[in-house]
Amino acid sequence: MKKQLLSALICASMVAGTLAGAGAVFADDAAEGSVLNIYAWNTEFQERLVEFYPGYEEVDATHGKIGDVDVVWTIVPSAENAYQNNLDEHLLAQADAAADDKIDLFLLESDYALKYVDTEFTMPIADLGITDEDTADQYQYTKDIVTDSNGNLKGLSWQGCPGVLIYNRAIASEVLGTEDPAEVQEFVKDWDSFNETAAKMGEAGYKMTATVNDTYRVYSDNVSGPLVQDDKIIIDPQIEKWIDDSKALVDAGLTGTGDLWGDDWSKGFYPEGKVFCYFGPAWFVDFCMAADDEASIAHAGGWGAAEGPQGFCWGGTWIAAATGTDNASLVKDIMLQLTCNADIMKQIVIEKNDFVNNKKAMEEMAADESYGDAVLGGQNPLPMFCAGAENCDKSKVSAYDQGYTEKLQAAAKNYFEGNSTKEEAIDAFYTAVEEIYPNLSH
Amino acid sequence: MKKKSRVVEYNKWGYIFLIPFLVIYTIFQLVPLITTIYNSFFENYRAGLTQVGPNFVGLANYGKLFSGGDLSKYFGNTMIMWVIGFVPQIIFSLLLGAWFTDPSLRLKCQRFFKTVIYLPNLIMASAFAMLFFTLFSDSGPINSILMNLHIISQPYKFMSHVASVRGLVGFMNFIMWFGNTTILLMAGMMGIDPSLFEAAQVDGATATQIFWKITLPLLRPILIYTLVTSLIGGMQMFDVPQILTNGHGDPNRSAMTMIMYLNNHLYSKNYGMGGALSVILFIITAILSIIVFRVTGNNEKVK
Repeated sequence: MKKQLLSALICASMVAGTLAGAGAVFADDAAEGSVLNIYAWNTEFQERLVEFYPGYEEVDATHGKIGDVDVVWTIVPSAENAYQNNLDEHLLAQADAAADDKIDLFLLESDYALKYVDTEFTMPIADLGITDEDTADQYQYTKDIVTDSNGNLKGLSWQGCPGVLIYNRAIASEVLGTEDPAEVQEFVKDWDSFNETAAKMGEAGYKMTATVNDTYRVYSDNVSGPLVQDDKIIIDPQIEKWIDDSKALVDAGLTGTGDLWGDDWSKGFYPEGKVFCYFGPAWFVDFCMAADDEASIAHAGGWGAAEGPQGFCWGGTWIAAATGTDNASLVKDIMLQLTCNADIMKQIVIEKNDFVNNKKAMEEMAADESYGDAVLGGQNPLPMFCAGAENCDKSKVSAYDQGYTEKLQAAAKNYFEGNSTKEEAIDAFYTAVEEIYPNLSH
Repeated sequence: MKKKSRVVEYNKWGYIFLIPFLVIYTIFQLVPLITTIYNSFFENYRAGLTQVGPNFVGLANYGKLFSGGDLSKYFGNTMIMWVIGFVPQIIFSLLLGAWFTDPSLRLKCQRFFKTVIYLPNLIMASAFAMLFFTLFSDSGPINSILMNLHIISQPYKFMSHVASVRGLVGFMNFIMWFGNTTILLMAGMMGIDPSLFEAAQVDGATATQIFWKITLPLLRPILIYTLVTSLIGGMQMFDVPQILTNGHGDPNRSAMTMIMYLNNHLYSKNYGMGGALSVILFIITAILSIIVFRVTGNNEKVK
């Protein structure tokens, strides 16, 4: 509580200079619309807005106030596609909705961003009055994902999500004889080394990864082209390599076949899980590895970060403005404050250990010797993240990545567990994808 | 002349009392039924946020369903899992019903037991499936118990074997529904004239003989009712396998039911394919119900 108060004070003082201008903006909003409708699938963005947006007052879990404007949150979880189903219905009804019911701002994930970005339902941010200059410090890949086929930038993110290999320091020193990030990297520098190291882990009684799906993002982020081209489903060589490598690891007992986020997967966050490594970006390290739990490895700072076999990016949340919004200037200000204001973004890094979408701020912090992540035993992973974000290439995303990923992992699981052959698994994958996307074929 | 008009007068009330049912039936059953059939002849889905169709395509949706060749597989899965659940369900229900209604046993705490066996039905099916999913996961409590007892050395992957997944689905349906069936059968058993049992006892029939020769034959209408409703319910099996297998129906879709398959098509709001599948489901249900009636209920008419 004290900490929140402090951060609110810091924020308030930081933007004191711009408050006069902000006041003017609020006055305009009253003329624009009195309700700001925000659609999201979890509370991450809400927490950011509550803590870091100047002038945001929290009313209750789904309501807030910015000046005279009521903020209404509609939070629907992503599970079973519920978030998108709800969002789709409201977007399609947007034109006929009353001004106060219109969606003003909604959030997107990279796996399906194109589904919305490449339509009339999202506004180019240039139309809101956000210039290239405002977004100059943002990482290019975060813009590529939300750029439509006509080259319009349709959303902004406050996060960068370059991923690293997160290894268990205790296991590294026992099996590899070192826990130094640079030396550990030598053991996992490409997939051949990675798989050799996996065999060593097996001999010592450890698993390399918790499940085969841990490495999926690393392989799939380095594909040679979009996974769906001209409505044809493509099995990229990288995807095939993931299937083959994973099968070998499963057969050797070096990894499991559980789903991500499942119980079998998260066992490795604790010492008795005996898992050597996970893959993930900054948000994964700080939010997902059970750092609040005293028994966890993360709580004891027992993880280390190395670049891993290939660079990749995973996740991230984009803010998009809905066409037809009646709060354009407020939406613009939220985007500017949370994704372009370097001071606020630095504050997010310090308080939340998030990796923010601001090159200058991140490079500054990367060079800062005093900054370290407690989960990673005080290691400063930012230089690694900075390099990763620079190299990240998201020009090959397709609008179907979400369904593709989900169905591929499910179908391949049958192959990994010996219930089907590889060909049968791929056929089952085609069937499953074509069921949910009837316009696709293979 | 006068008499007849009075009958008509009375009949009027019959029709008036039928109106609420007819209105509700028409709005919530008949209209959706007809629009479903109508929809099944159209290509009508959403690709992303773009609506495709509706375009009239004749029987193309049906063609697609049958040419895929998977439809019979999903139908088979549904029926197998229903049988796995229904057989123990009817056996237990008959046994429990016979015990509860047998006056010579004078069971104590009847109310308590009746409540307890009905309880699983009050839990939401999805919550129940979620519970089983956690219990039987690779590192779940069931596996740890079995390993601590040294029955198995490696965790048994319940969700990766056809038999265990189908078995679990059947088992859950059994647990959830046997209480309900017991109550139904008990109602039927208590409706049998007690003098018949007494007469049999006087004639020296054993309890087993009474059960097979008196209770069962007289219970036939209730049994048929149970069978038909359970069959229709079984055809619509969805939430338990959906949650247990995360919607995939794996391994190799061996636990994919007809409605789960239907649900896949609804991901893209594919009303054409969804409609066609629903029509097939409707026909199958109708045929199965007719068969059940014919096989079990024919004798009534002969009498």
